[in-house]
Parts: sequence; C-alpha cells; structure tokens
Amino acid sequence: MTLDTFLMQAFNGLSLSTILVLMALGLAIVFGLMGVINMAHGELMAMGAYTTYATALLFERYMPALHDIYFLIGIVLAFVVTFVFGFALERGLIRFLYKRPLDTMLATWGLSLILQQVFRHVFGPKEVGVPTVSWLRGAWAPVTMPGASFPLSRIFIIVLALLVSFGVYLLLFRTRWGLRIRAVTQNRAMAGAAGINTERVDALTFALGCGLAGIAGSSFTMLASTGPVTGQQYVVDTFIVVVFGGVESLLGTLLSATLIGELQSTFEFLMTGSMAKASILLLVIVALYFRPNGLFATKVRR
Amino acid sequence: MKIDRRQFIKSAAAVSTVAALPGAPFIRSAAAADTIKVGILHSLTGTIAIAEASVVDAEKLAIEEINAAGGVMGKKLEVVVEDGASDWPTFAEKARKLLERDQVAAIYGCYTSASRKAVLPVMERYKGLLYYPTYYEGLEMSPNIMYTAQEGTQSAIASLDWLYKNKGKSFYLIGSDYIWPRTMNKLANLHLKKIGARVAGESYYPLGSIEFASEINKIKAAKPDVIWSTVVGGSNVAFYKQLNAAGITGANQALCAMAVSEEEASGVGPENLEGFMSCMGYFQSVKHPANAKFVKAFKAKYGANRVVGDTMECGYISVYLWKLAVEKAGTTDVPKVVAASSELALDAPEGKIKFHKANHHLWKHARIGTFRKDGQIDMIYESPLIEPNPFAKI
Repeated sequence: MTLDTFLMQAFNGLSLSTILVLMALGLAIVFGLMGVINMAHGELMAMGAYTTYATALLFERYMPALHDIYFLIGIVLAFVVTFVFGFALERGLIRFLYKRPLDTMLATWGLSLILQQVFRHVFGPKEVGVPTVSWLRGAWAPVTMPGASFPLSRIFIIVLALLVSFGVYLLLFRTRWGLRIRAVTQNRAMAGAAGINTERVDALTFALGCGLAGIAGSSFTMLASTGPVTGQQYVVDTFIVVVFGGVESLLGTLLSATLIGELQSTFEFLMTGSMAKASILLLVIVALYFRPNGLFATKVRR
Repeated sequence: MKIDRRQFIKSAAAVSTVAALPGAPFIRSAAAADTIKVGILHSLTGTIAIAEASVVDAEKLAIEEINAAGGVMGKKLEVVVEDGASDWPTFAEKARKLLERDQVAAIYGCYTSASRKAVLPVMERYKGLLYYPTYYEGLEMSPNIMYTAQEGTQSAIASLDWLYKNKGKSFYLIGSDYIWPRTMNKLANLHLKKIGARVAGESYYPLGSIEFASEINKIKAAKPDVIWSTVVGGSNVAFYKQLNAAGITGANQALCAMAVSEEEASGVGPENLEGFMSCMGYFQSVKHPANAKFVKAFKAKYGANRVVGDTMECGYISVYLWKLAVEKAGTTDVPKVVAASSELALDAPEGKIKFHKANHHLWKHARIGTFRKDGQIDMIYESPLIEPNPFAKI
C-alpha cells in the first residue's frame, strides 16, 4: 500500500466517522437524553434531504443567479422544518407515551411508514436528483501528493460535523437552556420542583434532536440518494452508533462514531463491503455482551 | 308462528343462496362475452415502487392502445391492477386473487427475482400465465411464465466481449449483495477466464449501502481497465456521486453499468454519469419506427419530461406478445397461448425480436451506449440477436 492510498484511507475513515456523528447526534439527544426510541429518526433525515431538494427547485425557478448558495440555505431550512415538525410531534404524540417505551417504538415506527408514503405521494416513488453546487464538486488534490485527492463534499461534511458538534456542546454545557436539559435528564422530579418547566424542556429538546437529523439528511444529499426510503438506509447505523457509544453519553456517541467509522473503512479496504459490515456488527455484539451499557456509558443513578 | 333470530338467519341465508346460484354463472359469462380480464401486478408502494411504478404506466399504455385498435379477438381488455407493495408474500397473495377471483387471462408483473419466485408456485398451481418484464439472472423456466427481458448471459457475455475488445484486459467487478449481481459476476468470472481477461477485483455491498469511499480507493489502487458494475437501486446514486467526487469520471475511466437505465439517470444526476457506459436490451434512443411511435405515445400520455427505460419497454411488449399469441391460438387458454408463443415474432420498439422455440425467453439484442449530459444514452454497440440460454454452461 502506498502512502497516498494510506492517507486517503485515513481520510475516508475520518469522513465516515463525521457522517456517523452527524447522523447520530440528533438521536443521541432524543434517545440518550430523553429515552425516546424514535424509529422515525431516519425519515426526519429524509425530510431534511427533501427540504434541500425543494430549496434547490425554488432557486432554480426563481433565483437561478444565486444557485451556488442554495445549499447553505437548504441546510438551514432543513433544520427549521424538521425542528418545527419535531416540536409538533412531541406535543401531539410523543408526550403521551413517555412512560411507555414499547408503545413509543411502535408509534414512531408507524409514523416512519406514514412519512415514507407521504414522501412517495408528494415527491414520487423515484429518487430525486439533488444538484451538487459547483463549489463542492470535484476534489482537492494537494500538489505535494500527486496520487491523493480529497473530495470537497467530504471535507465540507467534516467541517459541518465539527461545527454542529461544537454547537451542541456549547448549547448543552454553556447555556441556561442546556443546564435545564441536563437537570431534567438527571432528575426530572427534582428539576420540576426547582421551577423548571419540564414539559417545555422536553418539547424543545426533542425538536432539537429532530432538527439535527434534518441537518444530517440535508448534507448527505451530496453523497447519497434522496428517495422515500432514504431514511431506512441511515437509521440502523444511527442506532448502532448511539447504543455502542453508551446511551446517556454524548461524548460516547462521538467516540463510538469515530471508532466505527475508522474500523469500517479499514475493513472495507481489506474485504468486500458486505463482509466489512458483518464484521462491524459482530464486533458491536461482542462489545455489548461485555459492556451492555455501551463502551463509554456514564454512570447514572436511576 | 314465532320466528326466533337463529331461524330467521337460516332461512334468509337459504333464500339468498338459491337466488345467487343461477345468477352467478350468468353474470360471469355475460362479462366474459365482451371483455377479457388481464392483471397487472407490480409494487406501487414500498421500496421497489421506485422501479416498478413506471412499468405499470408502460403496460397500461399498451393495453389502452390495443383497446383503441379494437381489442383482442374483438374483445376489449379489462385491466385489474394490484399492488404487490414490495413484499413477497403480498405478491403471492395478490397473484392468487387475480387468478382465482378475477380469473384474469394473463398477468404482467413482478420486478425483483424474489417477487417472481414467490409468485411462481401460485402461477403453476392455478395454471395462470405471467409475463415477467425485468432483466434477471436466468436459471429458471416455468411452464407458466414468459420472460420478456434479457436473462443473465444475454447481457453479460455480449458486454464483456465488447469491452474486452475495445476497452481493456482487466476488469473490476462490483455489485450489490444479492442473487442477480452474484450470478452475473459468476458468469463474468467464468467468461473472463475463458477469453483470457484478468479480474482485478470483486466486491459486494449490502443493498442500500451509501458508503463507497474505501471501495473507490481500492479501485484506484487496482487500476482496472474496466469497471463492470452490477450495483442496483439507491446505492447507485451514492456510487456515482462519490466516484465523481474522487475524480473518477467517464473521461478517464471505462465503466459499464449493468443496471442503470435512462430511468435511473435522473435520480443519480446525469452529470455524474456522463461518459460512463450502460448495457441494456433497449435504449430510448434506439432508431426504429416502432420505437419512435412508442416513445411518442408514452410522452403524449404521461408528459414530455418522462423517459422510458429497458424494463418499461419490456412491460410494453409483454402485452403485445400476449395479444399476438392469443390471436394465433384463437383462445386465452394458457397451454395453447404458451404453445403459440414458440418462435412468435414481434416488431418491437427494440427491433424485431422473437420467442425462443422452447425456453420461454426472447431472442434479444444487447446494446451498449454512453450517457450524455441530459441522461439519455448514445448507442455505440448493438449485438446481433442473441439466443436466450437461461441454463448456461460456460
């Protein structure tokens, strides 16, 4: 293996890791902090992707001159749309099911099927083509390494994932809102007694998780397909990352995404794609056998 | 006399049964007098709807055209559309419903091999007739199924021979992980060995997989002359977008896609496909009078921005092939229609084709073309008619 191949492989691992981070952050908040098993998380990503597609269509029709910046606006809109949808979902459905985790699972799974069929009716059963903006097409090839090239879209996702992670960190650990979220997570009754409006915190936290899913879905339009079942392609990986990392820990999610991303791209280089996937799943099963709460679980009092 | 409820229900049931008995056969024969029922069985919902929904459009167009031209043996066709919902047991159940309740003379349907395998025992048990319009891996011949698209060898061998002659000696095989790509690559491995080409790599990814960066790295390291891709569905979007982002384009790498038609091109993004090759039995750009008529009629009915692809054309000709066989046999009786299909010829949009004498498959052309910027395909090679050989020995 040449140095170039090695470098690109390391880059691929990093890229896959950040993709997993983006996928999993939203779920880590919804599932990790709130304990809601949201099976429709993938469909929320698809909703973000479709929002980006709709934005692209609008720009093409009304502002073709500004086409190059549509993508940035698309990401913001994807966040807004899924955030609002998440808020409505929490108020309208999830809040009645907090004490019944199995029912939540069933309800959100049903919701995912409904959303898939809605996408199919509104946007058609075929995949839609989301145009890649010109400044993200192609690859960056450093002059010093003639054999290596780093796709711009992947570099963009790496930067985006870092920004989003940092933003979530600031929000949770440096703002009053974050303080309230953490308080409610750690001890709901006590937080309520201290005057925190726990219902409001629940709704906003859930909406935030959904909004992050929207950002993820929106940015993945550069790499992958956008269709009614797009969400299904993401949701399994997302759950694996969150569960493997340890459900209550955001840092665990980051570390587990990095670990799985690097391992998977290494395995994919060494064997075929299917075998790589199977090996990763096997590793996760073995790891969870020995550490049922996930690799980086924080100890919480129940 | 006091009638209790139980007695009343009994007598009411008896009366209605008697009333229904003579009525039912009368209604059925009356209906049979002026129409023939045919069924369409594809997924309109679920994962596979992406590919099957437009095949339904093409089949409906054919039925409409036939009715406008006077029907089959003077009878109008009455179509019953059922949704297989991308679920194999549902396919079997709907096939049974079409045969038992609707008593359809023929069914045009199924897309994936899995759905066909689920429907096959139902067709054989209820003596139905299925026209299957999707290119597939071969290794099947049911007395109750007619196969109107290419089986594996018809596309694989012709494309490999042409690529070996024109594009290079080493091949990289990549596919989705299920029966069709695995069988195609098995054929490819055997045939490449026979003609003296080298297999530079072979890899499979789970259906729906969206991460190909490492594979692309491997391809770059292996430097094959030709990439031969049997990747299907949504994965294709990821595969071509990422190939492009990594700097592998139609300008610097020969790649032949075995499962990307004009139809998939819009979802993949034609700018990502430009210059890559596709191998199919039919392209929308085929120059043939019957094709010009087909494309024009399709666009007139469904909109000028719609495109047609291989499977849609095969669905369209399925209806016509059945019509011809029925008229030749003079009946819709399944064994007679099948017998009449032997060596039955049709001037189809893809050119003049005909059924094989015995094996229920079609003699077909294999075509290779290059993707243009607008997602259409310019043909660069057309094989002569190739004999179908579903149980190939290489």
